[in-house]
Amino acid sequence: MFDKITYLDNAASTRLDERVLEAMQPYFFEIYAVATSEFGYSMGIDAKEGLMDARGSIASTLGASEEEIVFTSGETESSNMALKGVAAAVRKKKGSHIIVSRIEDFPVLNTAKSLERQGYKVDYLNVDSEGIVDLEQLGSLITKETALVSIQHANQEIGTLQDIKAIADICNEKDVLLHTDATHTFTRVPLDVKEIPVDLATISAHTIHGPRGVGALYIREDTPIEKWMDGGYQESNRRAGLENIPGAVGFAKAVELVAPEENRRLAQMRDHTISKALEDIPHVTLNGSRINRTPQNANLTFHYVEGESMTLHLDMRGFAVSTGSACFSRSLEASHVILSIGGDHERAHGSLRFSFGRYNTMEDVDAVLGALREIVERLREISPLYAKK
Amino acid sequence: MLKSEVITLKFPYTEKVLEHFRNPKNVGKLEDADGKGLEGSPACGDMVAVYLKVDPETTVIEDIKFESYGCASNIATASIITEMAKGKTIADAKKITWQEATDELGGLPPVKRHCSVLAVEGLRSAIRDYEEKHGLVSEQEPTTEEVVRSRLKHVMNPMAGLDIVRTELVTKIEVKEGIVRVVLDLPSSHQFANAIKEDLVEKLEALWDVKEVKVVFTEG
Repeated sequence: MFDKITYLDNAASTRLDERVLEAMQPYFFEIYAVATSEFGYSMGIDAKEGLMDARGSIASTLGASEEEIVFTSGETESSNMALKGVAAAVRKKKGSHIIVSRIEDFPVLNTAKSLERQGYKVDYLNVDSEGIVDLEQLGSLITKETALVSIQHANQEIGTLQDIKAIADICNEKDVLLHTDATHTFTRVPLDVKEIPVDLATISAHTIHGPRGVGALYIREDTPIEKWMDGGYQESNRRAGLENIPGAVGFAKAVELVAPEENRRLAQMRDHTISKALEDIPHVTLNGSRINRTPQNANLTFHYVEGESMTLHLDMRGFAVSTGSACFSRSLEASHVILSIGGDHERAHGSLRFSFGRYNTMEDVDAVLGALREIVERLREISPLYAKK
Repeated sequence: MLKSEVITLKFPYTEKVLEHFRNPKNVGKLEDADGKGLEGSPACGDMVAVYLKVDPETTVIEDIKFESYGCASNIATASIITEMAKGKTIADAKKITWQEATDELGGLPPVKRHCSVLAVEGLRSAIRDYEEKHGLVSEQEPTTEEVVRSRLKHVMNPMAGLDIVRTELVTKIEVKEGIVRVVLDLPSSHQFANAIKEDLVEKLEALWDVKEVKVVFTEG
């Protein structure tokens, strides 16, 4: 039936690039010591140098300095660290008010909810029909007590890009710290912390063909942040635990391998998917913005059909995509993102997310859309909602 | 994965489920149906419509069709249940349980069973519709604690794949002047709290004399 799996779920995880593995390998078999101080043994000093080089390379991509990068185990840890660490550090000085957007990914959203249970006051910012946060509401919600604002750079499901410069300017002007989850934009959409005054940013290797289990938190110099995980004094006493040096080296290599040309190619696949789906298949709605969108994301609702049925049919033909349907999610709840942009359960139910990566081609896009056209037609034939049309 | 390897796909469903998902039986609509049922679940958003043709003399289901706006387990269960009901009298068809249907399918993942319950309810509601139209229903009974309890046996606990009554999630039921209060042994922050609540509210609000449904979670 088919001789390959076409993987179109690169927002969830990506295939490792061989060149990343190659860069990591010496740190498993030759330089496997911990990063020691300069007074340690040679292998430890080599390990430390590997870690420092990786840190330097990631810092320069963000326009940051080396000391401002803390390696973590990935997106979830980085966002936990940012919210919990800053909240604890400024609670007494400023207050216990936090603002996040409604469409944050779970690391931010559920950390905010957890802080709420601990007595923090959390406001959830509204977004418009494209998923853009309400800047006026943001300005009006900030008080003297506001400890932190956390708004993602781009959305994990619908790819909507926020005007992070405008958000940062508002926060800066009101003297409030800003964290941004840049998991889905890092290296894909420019973010220079010298130009955009964010104070903390979550980044991760798993979305850019790097190893999973490694990410980082950018922390602007002098940002108050408490250590939230107890243990040793690694990462300048900001993050306890044995450093994942092969991971950090792999992360830096993955960053180096993302070229502007690749991002343009991803954007072409995205645009082709969106326009072809809207042209070729009736009753399709684009979720998110046509313009303010990450290059690698297309999210569409195929009305009158259910997402898990579509993904299972696609899987049977060798295509891996994801859906915002409740039937697919681990909490059995429809996508909070699609509900927040004003969609109903039906819109979430029939939504599919295509997220592109290095190993996808234009032929893949044509093939998945061709298959989908048939699948949607078949499922609509048995749908009571479609029959009513 | 190397190209030369044979690609083996791993599905969370039995071969029988996949077969009914790929090629569902009795799909479509009966224009002059004697009984129709439409059931929906807000918890997962699925919907099933069941249409019956019944012989008035013998009450045997002569023809049955379904439509589904749902996931694989919903489509497969609806397909198998129409096969099971065809040729049975409405009294016998009413007795087909969700357990019998899932057994026939070789089982379903626990978390997916609530989607399949819907198909069983679709059949029962089509039969009820037939009975109402043909004067076979007795007086409407008022909602009591017992009625609530039996309705709640159709709300799934996704953790166990069994209903919330049998898995002892329901710790208290109160019915007073049309207001139903259900206490669940579950914190509101639980992964499935919202899904269960929505499902539960929808099942109870459908009762003719229920004005309001209150769900109380147990924290800590």
